[in-house]
Amino acid sequence: MTLDQGLVRQLTRRLLGVVPTLLLLITVVFFLVRVAPGGPFDTEKALPPEIQANLEAKYHLDEPLLQQYFRYLGQILVLDFGPSFQYKDWTVNELIAQGFPVSLTIGGVAMLLGFVFGVGIGVGAALRQNSAADFTTMGFAMLGVSIPNFVVAPVLILLFAVYAGWLPAGGWDWSWRSAVLPVVTLALPVIAYIARLMRGSMIEVLHSNFIRTARAKGLPERQVILRHALKPALLPVISYMGPATAALITGSVVVERIFSIPGLGSYFVQGALNRDYTLVMGVVLFYGVLIIALNVVVDLLYSILNPKIAYEEL
Amino acid sequence: MSGPASGRRRKQRPVLKVQDLAVTYDIQQGGLLRRHTRPLNAVDGISFELARGETLGVVGESGCGKSTLARALLGLVQPRRGRVLWLGEDLVGLDEKTLRKKRKELQIIFQDPLASLNPRMTVHDIIAEPLWTFYPKIARVQVEERVRGMMKMVGLLPNQINRYPHEFSGGQCQRIGIARALVLNPRLIICDEPVSALDVSIQAQIINLLKDLQRKLALSLIFIAHDLAVVKHISDRVMVMYLGRAMEVSSAPNLYRRPLHPYTSALVKAVPIPDPAARRRTATSGLRGDMPSPLDPPAGCVFHPRCPYAVKRCEIEVPPLRRLPQGDWVACHLAEELDLTIVKSG
Repeated sequence: MTLDQGLVRQLTRRLLGVVPTLLLLITVVFFLVRVAPGGPFDTEKALPPEIQANLEAKYHLDEPLLQQYFRYLGQILVLDFGPSFQYKDWTVNELIAQGFPVSLTIGGVAMLLGFVFGVGIGVGAALRQNSAADFTTMGFAMLGVSIPNFVVAPVLILLFAVYAGWLPAGGWDWSWRSAVLPVVTLALPVIAYIARLMRGSMIEVLHSNFIRTARAKGLPERQVILRHALKPALLPVISYMGPATAALITGSVVVERIFSIPGLGSYFVQGALNRDYTLVMGVVLFYGVLIIALNVVVDLLYSILNPKIAYEEL
Repeated sequence: MSGPASGRRRKQRPVLKVQDLAVTYDIQQGGLLRRHTRPLNAVDGISFELARGETLGVVGESGCGKSTLARALLGLVQPRRGRVLWLGEDLVGLDEKTLRKKRKELQIIFQDPLASLNPRMTVHDIIAEPLWTFYPKIARVQVEERVRGMMKMVGLLPNQINRYPHEFSGGQCQRIGIARALVLNPRLIICDEPVSALDVSIQAQIINLLKDLQRKLALSLIFIAHDLAVVKHISDRVMVMYLGRAMEVSSAPNLYRRPLHPYTSALVKAVPIPDPAARRRTATSGLRGDMPSPLDPPAGCVFHPRCPYAVKRCEIEVPPLRRLPQGDWVACHLAEELDLTIVKSG
């Protein structure tokens, strides 16, 4: 069995496994949002019953629940999430298409920063284990992990937007200036977490026997680190990055609200508050697919980094 | 003090001369408060010489400093004092770059064969890497040819060249380790318990392989083991270590027939004999107690608390390693008076 055949087979098996997961997700979310009290057309002033009935008929809310469920499943098959109940004249597909690029940009850049700086700091600390520099950076990393982003964001806004006036306090216009603060807010805890992970695994790898062998071969220390130690030490970081990336590019709900960024997260919150059934379902499904896809990517990366895994069942 | 010279090949100039080598580890003790470090003398004043093509066995219980000695010889740990003269040049205190160049000549084979190989590299890459490092301009074809040659030499099939370490058995992994060590044509190989993780039948294969290679390539070997039976088959001379010090350095036949040091005698007698009758005749005088902590070594002769022959003098005065008329070396005040000849039935 060559590696490539193994990868293809693995991929097929994983993709087949996705179907029941998604079906379960659809089912649970579909019924849960409808169980929540209130409906999409509740307003402060009660609507006349005829209008209410017309609205419900238009969106098929007057049908029995099961019929609605299967109607929705049919739509999903052709990748149509339906019209939004609240944003008139918008379909959920359009809302996602508008919000996701923003969230993807912020989250993606934050993850990239987190990976580069996290790995760099972690390796640096591991190579100077138990030195003052090591203790200091790891102390800051602990802080970075523990301070929530709804604390970091206002502090950054105060410092760089209000006092210094260098950057806008919020809003989004696709300029780098409007991206700096939200990206930094998202990246800080990721940098901190990856740095700690990387330091720990690097120290462990550096103590292993094959690193001793590499040194005995007479390799320069730089080669020992780059060619022998880095790959195995990256494994825990890679497996953390799958779910973390999904969380970053979808779940920046809080940060998007603080900086008033029109990303997917704000639609999600708004949709949930408004009982916008189709919007909530659409975003949740979208998240679900994204998380599953990223986990598959991580598993593939894993088997590339570790030849042993290609032979074991994933 | 000059160390014990090589026995059989005494007339040759030694390739390796070790003088008063000592390695100390700082051990952290105590909790958060009253934290302090204590020195642990893992290797404490070892001296010996090694000739071209000679094998020196090093034996001792675990924790006696054998592996630390091996690493100090290669500069993988820094000695606290002493000299390691390789072809007349002191390796101690060399800067990293110069020391790395010496890796061409001095190599090591490790104890755990599988764990000592990078699991993400193919056999080809593992064996070829030293070549890339020391001859960066070498052509691909040449590397592969050399790697295949090495694999054949150590008894691996050259068509396994693209496999990963986990696809091999322990014995085969050790063959890879040997090929890796030999690829640069070294002149000295330190074998740090190379067979203790292997099955007995495989042990014999690996030892015979090492013996063959040594003869073919005129290698000097330092062979470290805790198993006397293993060392006996490969060594010209054997050094017995206890708590970081050399107790005895004798030619292999002498050591097994007539040990000079009570500790050696206890070790030799502890080797199981596969003959119940013979075993009964050589009444075992097993050692009392455990090896003391090297953090707190006994005064005088370090072996005296466990020695059945210890006298008052042993508790006070450290016996130096000295040469007896027949040419072997021993660190025991009573060496001349004791007759520790091993009685073995034919």
